Amino acid sequence: MFRPIALGSLALATMTAGPALAQDINVKLGVLNDRSGVYADLSGEGSVVAARMAVEDFGAAEKGISVEIVSADHQNKPDIASNIARQWYDTEGVDAILDVPTSSAALAVAEITAQAGKVFINSGAASTDLTGAQCQPTTIHWTYDTAALANGTGKAVTEAGGKKWFFLTADYAFGHALERDTTTVVEANGGEVVGKVNVPFPATDFSSFLLQAQGSGADVIGLANAGGDTVNAIKQASEFGITQAGQKLAALLMFVTDVHALGAETAQGLSLTEAFYWDQNEATREWSARFEEQHGSKPTMVQAGVYSGTLHYLRAVEAVGKTESMEVLTKMKEMEFDDPLFGKGYIRGDGRVVHDMYLFEVKKPGESSGEWDLYNQIAVISGEDAFLPMLDECNFTK
Amino acid sequence: MGQLLLGLINGSFYAVLSLGLAVIFGLLNIINFSHGAQYMMGAFVAWMLLNYLGIGYWPALILAPLIVGATGIALEKLALSRLYKLDHLYGLLLTFGIALIIQGLFRNYYGISGLPYQIPDLLSGGQNLGFMFLPNYRAWIVVASVIVCFGTWFMIEKTRLGAYLRAATENPALVGAFGINVPRMITLTYGFGVALAGLAGVLAAPIYAVNPNMGADLIIVVFAVVVIGGMGSIMGAIVTGYGLGLIEGLTRVFYPEGSAVVIFVIMAIVLLIKPEGLFGRTA
Repeated sequence: MFRPIALGSLALATMTAGPALAQDINVKLGVLNDRSGVYADLSGEGSVVAARMAVEDFGAAEKGISVEIVSADHQNKPDIASNIARQWYDTEGVDAILDVPTSSAALAVAEITAQAGKVFINSGAASTDLTGAQCQPTTIHWTYDTAALANGTGKAVTEAGGKKWFFLTADYAFGHALERDTTTVVEANGGEVVGKVNVPFPATDFSSFLLQAQGSGADVIGLANAGGDTVNAIKQASEFGITQAGQKLAALLMFVTDVHALGAETAQGLSLTEAFYWDQNEATREWSARFEEQHGSKPTMVQAGVYSGTLHYLRAVEAVGKTESMEVLTKMKEMEFDDPLFGKGYIRGDGRVVHDMYLFEVKKPGESSGEWDLYNQIAVISGEDAFLPMLDECNFTK
Repeated sequence: MGQLLLGLINGSFYAVLSLGLAVIFGLLNIINFSHGAQYMMGAFVAWMLLNYLGIGYWPALILAPLIVGATGIALEKLALSRLYKLDHLYGLLLTFGIALIIQGLFRNYYGISGLPYQIPDLLSGGQNLGFMFLPNYRAWIVVASVIVCFGTWFMIEKTRLGAYLRAATENPALVGAFGINVPRMITLTYGFGVALAGLAGVLAAPIYAVNPNMGADLIIVVFAVVVIGGMGSIMGAIVTGYGLGLIEGLTRVFYPEGSAVVIFVIMAIVLLIKPEGLFGRTA
């Protein structure tokens, strides 16, 4: 189940060769995510590749830091995630856990990390509770959260005239959280929610729910779901002529891999919010090309977040000169970053990473020049506008 | 009204899939757990034909079931045929393991997010029926499934070939003594059942996400349909397929949270009252 990756050997070789090295630090990172289920494409092995690239790009070996990366499959189950996290911390000497999609699993790992006094850099999970109701001094939440999605897509669609909303909500914690945060944003912008339906998770056929949404007279059908559910819902909405009849779809959480699965023909015109897209600038293109070479597909924002999080963690370790968790965490929050993938940003006292989010629109098939050429950037949402304000009791740097 | 029609459309999938299962169980006594994976293969083969060979939907509708059916025949020849003398459980375990392997292989090569497959031009668009917008493609699914279901039922219950098949399951030795190649007939029957799964996969490709797990999600429901209809009953599988599609459709309107469970509740009730299933023959 665990796959150690031999980067350490390289580091070791340089260390024995170069006498001028000031530091001699061993770091062990654990990438814990879904390697076989619904989120395997957006996190999975790609996140491990991203972490490995971060170690190489940072030049850990030359700086006298030897990094080992292990990985495991949590199957999107909180109990399995907890067991692995515990084993990693207690017996295998892992210093930090990365990624962890699926909010329930992420919250479990956050708690165990706090007990063990280690570091948890989350990229894959969406729940705002990670830096809210269940915040921990040892949690860093890197890439996105449900509030940022709502403040991106939800706000943009409401402002563009989509005042009446109907939600198709995946009937579990994540779906309800996304619906709740989006409702807040919709109402704050003068919109209203005219109805909703809780869809059992996972679902294949959405036609019945889509017809209910159509009958509600809403302007916008908000999809508070993810992955295969979103793909199915959008495919069938186009089939039933719902978008052609004037109702808009708002896919509240969608990754570039989902859009790729739908194809530009079906997905065209959808607006969605992401923290990262491979074709944003020279730096993201260059990095994504290298990533694609190793992994075979373009990176998602979750994988990019693992890269940036790892890079920033290693910078802090270098600055502190050891892996002692609380010192590293304090350093991470002190140092602002200017990263090739996420641009300028900083980490708040509650562990929320504040960086720009982007509103994208899916290109029409005619505009797209390749299978991954999928988005036009519509707007930049500053980190301060995207994420929720910090709760006072979660400010651990006070 | 619209919701009833939608239920019927979903029922069409259940009917074609459970029909394949019922044919295989009724005539071969094999509980084919790889049916969901074979359904998924049908959708993927359609995608491959289009993207690697440029073969469109209509030829794929014939070719994909043939290809998937051929893999079924290979599977039967190489593995399943060795298990007929053993308990049902071994066939179940084998096909379940095969299903996991097939899903794992597809996941490895194509990832989990799925692949795009468009509705054929001829069937895109739809009709406004007044009470709802009916996509042409969905109407086609109902027509196709009724033809396939009725055709299969007719072939097995009303033709000479069907009579041979039914006789061979009752007493293979005697039928063999009349000069009929029983093992070959069984192989072809399994291939046919598997091809039905492949056909359902092609039908599903344009409207559901084509991904390696698409069958795993559906197969459990389909098994419930077969159990309710009566294991091995062809007519039972068809009627309960459509019927449960309708019931599920109604649940989605009146109590959506329960729509994933309703079929299993019905299954539990049917098993308590009539353990052999609604159309099952008492053993």
